[in-house]
Amino acid sequence: MKKPISLITQRIESVLTYVGGVSKLLFEAIYYGIRPPYQLGLIIQEIESIGIQSLTVVNVIALFTGMVLALQTAAALSRFGAKGFIGVVVALSLLREIGPVFTGIMVAGRVGSGIAAEIGSMKVTEQIDAIRVMGANSVKRLVVPKLIATIVALPLLTVVADILGIVGGLLISVMEFQVTSYYYFTTILEKISFQDVASGIGKTFFFGLIIAVIGCYEGMTTKGGTVGVGRATTSTVVVSSILILVTDFFLTKIFLVL
Amino acid sequence: MKGPIIEIRDLQKSYEGLQVLTGVDLGIQRGETITILGGSGTGKSVLLKLISGLEKPDEGTIRINKKDIIPLTEQELVPLRRKIGMLFQGAALFDSLSAGENVAYPIREHFRMPEEEIQRIVREKLRLVGLDGVEEKMPAELSGGMKKRVGLARAIAIDPEIILYDEPTTGLDPANTQRINQLIVELQRILKVTSIVVTHDLDSAYAVTDRLALLHKGQIVMTGTKEEFEASAIQEVQDFIAKKIVD
Repeated sequence: MKKPISLITQRIESVLTYVGGVSKLLFEAIYYGIRPPYQLGLIIQEIESIGIQSLTVVNVIALFTGMVLALQTAAALSRFGAKGFIGVVVALSLLREIGPVFTGIMVAGRVGSGIAAEIGSMKVTEQIDAIRVMGANSVKRLVVPKLIATIVALPLLTVVADILGIVGGLLISVMEFQVTSYYYFTTILEKISFQDVASGIGKTFFFGLIIAVIGCYEGMTTKGGTVGVGRATTSTVVVSSILILVTDFFLTKIFLVL
Repeated sequence: MKGPIIEIRDLQKSYEGLQVLTGVDLGIQRGETITILGGSGTGKSVLLKLISGLEKPDEGTIRINKKDIIPLTEQELVPLRRKIGMLFQGAALFDSLSAGENVAYPIREHFRMPEEEIQRIVREKLRLVGLDGVEEKMPAELSGGMKKRVGLARAIAIDPEIILYDEPTTGLDPANTQRINQLIVELQRILKVTSIVVTHDLDSAYAVTDRLALLHKGQIVMTGTKEEFEASAIQEVQDFIAKKIVD
């Protein structure tokens, strides 16, 4: 049986190796990403695939989140006679926090796992070795398009999620609490600032980067056949979701100061 | 250029503390076909990965055309890889590309040429491996033997000087095994390339090559012709021929 101290050092070593590997992959992706050729066709194809893959799930979740948020907010605000402010609270929560974070976690589950599975399968079937033997760069060919595509697609998906969430809140406000749509939108437009929108969307660039780089790293380091691919996809979802929530905290602190 | 095309000296490689290659010395002559034999897990495929620059050894040197490839970066290896074609154990075709696009991949990577010329080369290479008219088929639509042959067409697409075969007949039925063996011999005759075949199948090795090397416990224990192998008094060689070394 291993001593606890050696288990701890082993764990620390594996975490540091992981962090080092992810950072190295990110720097390589930036290095090759800024050098021609730019593979625009591949990037557009990836944006389309990531966006379309995630649109339905993001739409449904955003709509119902907005509706639930409106129900909960109205219940709380009614106690203070401030039911009229449902719109503002729903919009603020969605724009600053729930929209970006929920969309990020959804995309981590849907797209991040897909990236890990695709690259992981290529790794275990030696397709990545084949790319290298044929003189191509696997980071430029596989990682760069997915990284750029996720960084571009996630903010776009978040905008759609924010809009649908606000519409969900509107439906509940109008149908359940007799708040007119005019009043709902007027209060939102009066109270929501550009910074509220920008801080939410700004976070999603970081979330996109996290999802893509973790998915690609897990894929690139997959070992052990199909079992390894399964492990890589699960690990991608877990690690990216945790990182999204932790990063969200620090980004919120930064954006509140700015 | 005179002298061996590939010179391997004291090559050592370990994975997570497990020593796989413990000091491989091997010289490969220009234009010859050499088969590296050995049981499973003896490091045959690792040796191919080291020769192709896919992995770096812990110790030792590999000289290709007298140039040491070990210190080369991924970018510096690109001109070398223009001279190498590799057939992977599972063919390693790109699932998302058609058979024709798989063969075209290395051509597009290394050369700028008109599309018609690329398509002409693709058809020619596929014809050479006996696969006319499969350009549009996706890898999932091909049988195991056909995948290997498309992989072979891809390996020879840019007219390499060296072809590396990693277990070319593993997982194939006897008819396809024979077909792949014949192709290796034919390609050698037509293209005059240097071929390195890694296999645990002695019958295939005898069919495709006249110089053999036995890898055992991380070292080359003998190189020689089929006749020299059969007459050898080295215990490991006798055991391998008698198939006592477990695959």
